[in-house]
Amino acid sequence: MSETIKFTIDGKECQGTKGQLLVDAAADNGVYIPVLCHMRDLIPAGSCRMCTVKVNGRNMAACTTPAEEGMAVENNTPEFLDIRKAIVEMLFVEGNHFCPACEKSGNCDLQALGYKYQMMVPRFPYAFERREIDATTPKIFLERNRCIFCKRCVRVIKDEEGRSIFAFKGRGTTLEINIDKKLAATMTDEMAQQAMDICPVGCILKKEIGFVTPIGQRKYDTMPIGSDIENNHQ
Amino acid sequence: MSKPIIATTSLAGCFGCHMAILDIDARILQLIDLVEFNKSPIDDIKTFTKECDIGIIEGGCCNSENIHVLKEFRKHCKILISLGECAIMGGLPALRNGIDVKECIEEAYLKGPTVGRNTERILPNDEELPMILDKVYPCHEIVKIDYYLPGCPPKADLIWAAVVALVTGDELNIPYELVKFD
Ligand code: SF4
Ligand code: SF4
Ligand code: SF4
Ligand code: FES
Repeated sequence: MSETIKFTIDGKECQGTKGQLLVDAAADNGVYIPVLCHMRDLIPAGSCRMCTVKVNGRNMAACTTPAEEGMAVENNTPEFLDIRKAIVEMLFVEGNHFCPACEKSGNCDLQALGYKYQMMVPRFPYAFERREIDATTPKIFLERNRCIFCKRCVRVIKDEEGRSIFAFKGRGTTLEINIDKKLAATMTDEMAQQAMDICPVGCILKKEIGFVTPIGQRKYDTMPIGSDIENNHQ
Repeated sequence: MSKPIIATTSLAGCFGCHMAILDIDARILQLIDLVEFNKSPIDDIKTFTKECDIGIIEGGCCNSENIHVLKEFRKHCKILISLGECAIMGGLPALRNGIDVKECIEEAYLKGPTVGRNTERILPNDEELPMILDKVYPCHEIVKIDYYLPGCPPKADLIWAAVVALVTGDELNIPYELVKFD
């Protein structure tokens, strides 16, 4: 039986079940903690630090920290708004994000966080590193200029035998997302679509479609990211 | 009191951002009541004839002439605004960043599929031509920029709101829909 616990986020009283990840418990209470690598019910990667909050005075990733009785969580403080904005800015300068030419524009979580935190220009210098595109598999483009190394694709997209179709190669500055050519050849349209949908940015793209939704009707054109959670307040 | 003076320029841009300025439609009549234009493609004044209050920059810096013009703007304008993605982050011209200039030039003039017959293998190299830079630079990596208006192009309502707020000193409240990167 799950044990109910009580905690607060920015002073707001919240309820959850013991052991539930803080980010999910927050969402159930109508509190949005921004995420990029996290997906509910998936083993946490804790790789992007977008969900950083302060718990009892310490900075923690809300997607790897279980909610506990009596926790006092700081979420939307000026300090964290700036930390998150800085993370978004870092991700923008680290890859090559040419939003005007990106198929994911308007539906992209990274871009939407840029809007949420009103990023007008990153405070860091652009890296402009060359990254190669892989268009060799039948259903998918891998547009590496936009990869933020969230590992969602590696964790989610698997073949019938449970083998990951995507994998990381290299370390540090040579780290690169790759696709297994043999397994990719067996991908169905549905899998390709799913891979594109779970990629929080425009790195995984399904071939032969693009720019399908008109500007003005895309996911984040008029609705800030996280507002679905905030509006679902029970 | 005399009217604030605005100058504008297009560096490595497509003029789409200037079109977006004109997109304010009939408000352009209000604009000329509010401000005076100096050096700008809008009135075709080619050199600064006055010190200006606001300089609006479209496009990043892809060659030596862009750098020269941008520095002139910094010298003659109290406030500089980077208008649009190209000015802010290089934009589409910066797709060549990360690729060697030599490789780019060869692709454009010798190897590319759209190169016609260039049997003499001529590469542009005239003294009159500005030198191409190693990469396309965002404006704020060359001079200090005071404000940024994102978009490709930025929405006319955003430009209007920002310019009016600057000129009148009123607070700028930007609705969510107006700030987009595409
Ligand atoms: S992935 Fe997102 S942030 Fe990157 S270019 Fe595409 S829309 Fe912009
Ligand atoms: S390809 Fe997309 S889902 Fe996979 S690691 Fe990169 S950003 Fe994440
Ligand atoms: S930001 Fe877009 S509209 Fe403005 S100059 Fe660049 S490409 Fe043209
Ligand atoms: S969402 Fe928590 S670290 Fe990425």
